[in-house]
Amino acid sequence: MGGFPLRQSIRYGLLAGVAVLHMSLVGMVEAFSRREIVKDTISMGQLLLILAILVLAYVAARRAVEQHPLYAVFSGALVGLVAGALLAVLALLIKPLGMREVFANASPRLVKILLFDEEGVAGVARLLAVMTASGALAGLLELLPPRVRRPLVYALLATLTLGLLRDIFAVVLPRKVSRFLYTSSGLTQAGLLTFLAMWGVVFTFWETLGVRLQREVRSLPPAQQRPLQWTSYALVAALLVGMPFILGERGSYIFEVLDIVGIYIIMGLGLNIVVGFAGLLDLGYVAFFAIGAYTMAVLTTPELQVVRAVIPQMTFWEALPLALLASLLSGIILGIPVLKTRGDYLAIITLGFGEIIRLLVLSDFLKPYLGGAQGVTGIARPTFGDWYAKDPQDYYFFILIAIAIGFFISVRLKDSRLGRAWKAIREDEDVAIAMGIDHVATKLTAFATGATLAGLSGAIFAAKLNSMAPHSFNLLISINVLCLLIVGGMGSLPGVVVGAFALVGLPELLREFAEYRLLVYGAALVAMMLLKPEGLWPETLHVRELRAEPVKVSPVPAAGEAPGSK
Amino acid sequence: MVSARTARWRVRLRHLSGTDVALWLIGALLLAMVLIGSYKSLQAGRYTTRQWLDFIIFGLAQGGVYALIALGYTMVYGVLQMINFAHGEVFMSGPFTAYFVARALDKAGYFDSYPILSLAIVFVVAMAVSTFVAVVLELVAYRPLRGAPRLVPLITAIGASFFLQYTFRGLYGSGVKAYPDIELLQGTWSLGPVVIQKTLVVVFIAAIVLLVGLYLFVQHTKIGKGIRAVAEDQQAAALMGVNVDRMVSMTFAVGGAGAGAAGVLYALIFKQVHFFMGFIPGIKAFTAAVLGGIGNIPGAMLGGLFLGVFESLGPSLFLEGLGVPAPYQLKDAIAFTMLVLVLIFRPTGILGERIAKRA
Repeated sequence: MGGFPLRQSIRYGLLAGVAVLHMSLVGMVEAFSRREIVKDTISMGQLLLILAILVLAYVAARRAVEQHPLYAVFSGALVGLVAGALLAVLALLIKPLGMREVFANASPRLVKILLFDEEGVAGVARLLAVMTASGALAGLLELLPPRVRRPLVYALLATLTLGLLRDIFAVVLPRKVSRFLYTSSGLTQAGLLTFLAMWGVVFTFWETLGVRLQREVRSLPPAQQRPLQWTSYALVAALLVGMPFILGERGSYIFEVLDIVGIYIIMGLGLNIVVGFAGLLDLGYVAFFAIGAYTMAVLTTPELQVVRAVIPQMTFWEALPLALLASLLSGIILGIPVLKTRGDYLAIITLGFGEIIRLLVLSDFLKPYLGGAQGVTGIARPTFGDWYAKDPQDYYFFILIAIAIGFFISVRLKDSRLGRAWKAIREDEDVAIAMGIDHVATKLTAFATGATLAGLSGAIFAAKLNSMAPHSFNLLISINVLCLLIVGGMGSLPGVVVGAFALVGLPELLREFAEYRLLVYGAALVAMMLLKPEGLWPETLHVRELRAEPVKVSPVPAAGEAPGSK
Repeated sequence: MVSARTARWRVRLRHLSGTDVALWLIGALLLAMVLIGSYKSLQAGRYTTRQWLDFIIFGLAQGGVYALIALGYTMVYGVLQMINFAHGEVFMSGPFTAYFVARALDKAGYFDSYPILSLAIVFVVAMAVSTFVAVVLELVAYRPLRGAPRLVPLITAIGASFFLQYTFRGLYGSGVKAYPDIELLQGTWSLGPVVIQKTLVVVFIAAIVLLVGLYLFVQHTKIGKGIRAVAEDQQAAALMGVNVDRMVSMTFAVGGAGAGAAGVLYALIFKQVHFFMGFIPGIKAFTAAVLGGIGNIPGAMLGGLFLGVFESLGPSLFLEGLGVPAPYQLKDAIAFTMLVLVLIFRPTGILGERIAKRA
């Protein structure tokens, strides 16, 4: 039994302190404090601070518990105290130092939030108490047996999510229920307790019965597992298709969000083929999205006299195959020059391509053909006879079909001869060539398939918006898509969906978040690479490859193995 | 009878792949466009010699800034074989922070009474901040990943780039901040018939002095020797008693200092700073580094100056000759095209050292 790990706790405390100071000074705390997660109890801004403390205190406690169980609590509390002290110093110094002159977000409101609406000593005491208590709480959590801790943590997270997703559920639920559970920005106190109890029961049940059930299903012979799998797929499909009918008019906001998520899922599936399967890091992926969108726009708009003089105006259905063809061809054309380059140079070249295309589109040079900086309006909508798509719900179906196509292509290609060739190139190009793989054709098909899916996504996007501006096609889209792949797990299809919901869906719902989206993305990319390079929902394929027997799938692929790298 | 020469040509022809032919065709086409455009522009005589000189001087000043940023890329690549994608943000962090110092100095009137001292203070602050950001970046984001597959640090660097951009946006606000005018640098000098802006001359000379200084530092000090040893062979350097971690930190520090100084020079030319200012110069400086041969310090200087001048002349020299309206909108496209072409045709650069295909 060693002594109390004082230095280590202080180090974690300082780390937590830096994190909370950062969040306060960049303005996240203030922006998020407008959203009350639980009425009169806690705002999102405060929650953000407390979460940072909880996580780091938990890590510190986890190390301290080896020495003595009680040390876990002390260590956690110390982490909270140190971080809280740093925050208190900030809160007290903002005014006398006139920090607002330099730091745009060091406002009196921030001070008020940090000191929990009190002033001077009382506020500092309150801040320190809350932070220390949260740290100690994290330490206590560490002491609980896992069987209790896990359902508790999951229930808290699930409740928090329901609080964050207020805008969806408060609309969908019947008026009375929704009034009981939700306020205008978050949960009511009754709602908090209800959800907590509900999720507590669900997760406790899952910990005992659910895990056993899962094990039993796993132990069934594959022939019997399959019908079960198909039933679950069919259920999911039925739910997805049925949703617009169940929700009706109330759902248009939800479908607006789902449409955006869907468009990113299609792009994610495409980039997944290029980056995840074939290991070609493409940072200019937005170019193909833009080419699909612009082909659709230019062919169907009544504007752009120069073009109209040559090509007659088309309908959505006439233009769609051309848009796909254009993006496919551009995938090949842009693919040819980069065939010889690898790894990071490939990334930079594709980034260059993406930027060149954006600059060309924006320029006056191509304005008569592409609309220049003003963009194009009057793009055709998809039609069937007299019916034409207008609501987000209508586009939802188109996007759903496109996602299904993307999934189908990905699943079928993944283990095909081509898919295996991609994987071989990804793992080691020289060896793959030596084994007789035609790397030119293999790489080009990867680029072309990925580009076509992006083009499809772009065409739907253009039709859905009806008008578009070149500013929507910047590097950030490429980064967004790359990000969702990495967070979900490169090469993993469910990962694309998970990533898209987490990185595109959530920010759409949390509007305050929009401004900090890229900040969080950047942090997420770094954190993922440092801590969990295989992603949240990793591809299990190469685990299976490495072992001969049909494995029980382990959640983490071989240690140190990074996805999509050469 | 076929002569040996024709036989050799036949072998070459047989090994010629379709992609190579396509590539060379594209290259030839672009070269032809540049030549035809330049010829037409020069024939049309739209610009006087003085205007061309102005373009070149502006290009040299701008190129000096690129070269200073490129130094960081090239040194980091030499030591770690990674592209520090976030270097553009290191460049931004210095002058963006130093803006507040410059504003305070300007308000107190120090720029008028002690212009050189005040400028020196601004430089020191910017260089210190950029150095700090670069070193912390390496410590937190890159060091744990040493030895990881190549794409992992690149993705981390992209993440770090956005994180830094939006951190500074959050800290200092999203607006464009105007650097104060400095009385000393206003106006022009005339050398015989040539009239040049003082700012550009000062920026160019400062950039060259800094570049030479940093180069001498790397060539002649003990730390510089250590850095070069680590770049040559990390393991051997470690065995010889060089502290590799420290040398990597020093590499980032030197690169960061260069970028910070470049940032102030950039702010002197363009008179403004904002959180996104690092992205485009960052990519251009990377182009310059590749152009000169990445890993090669004099190469980065040459590459920077060449790119600066080419980019400054390009729009009026050949784009206008080709009849492109508003050619200045495509200024960045020229740099990007150059980046793509260099990476495709000559990834070793003009003065390329090691690495070619492995990159």
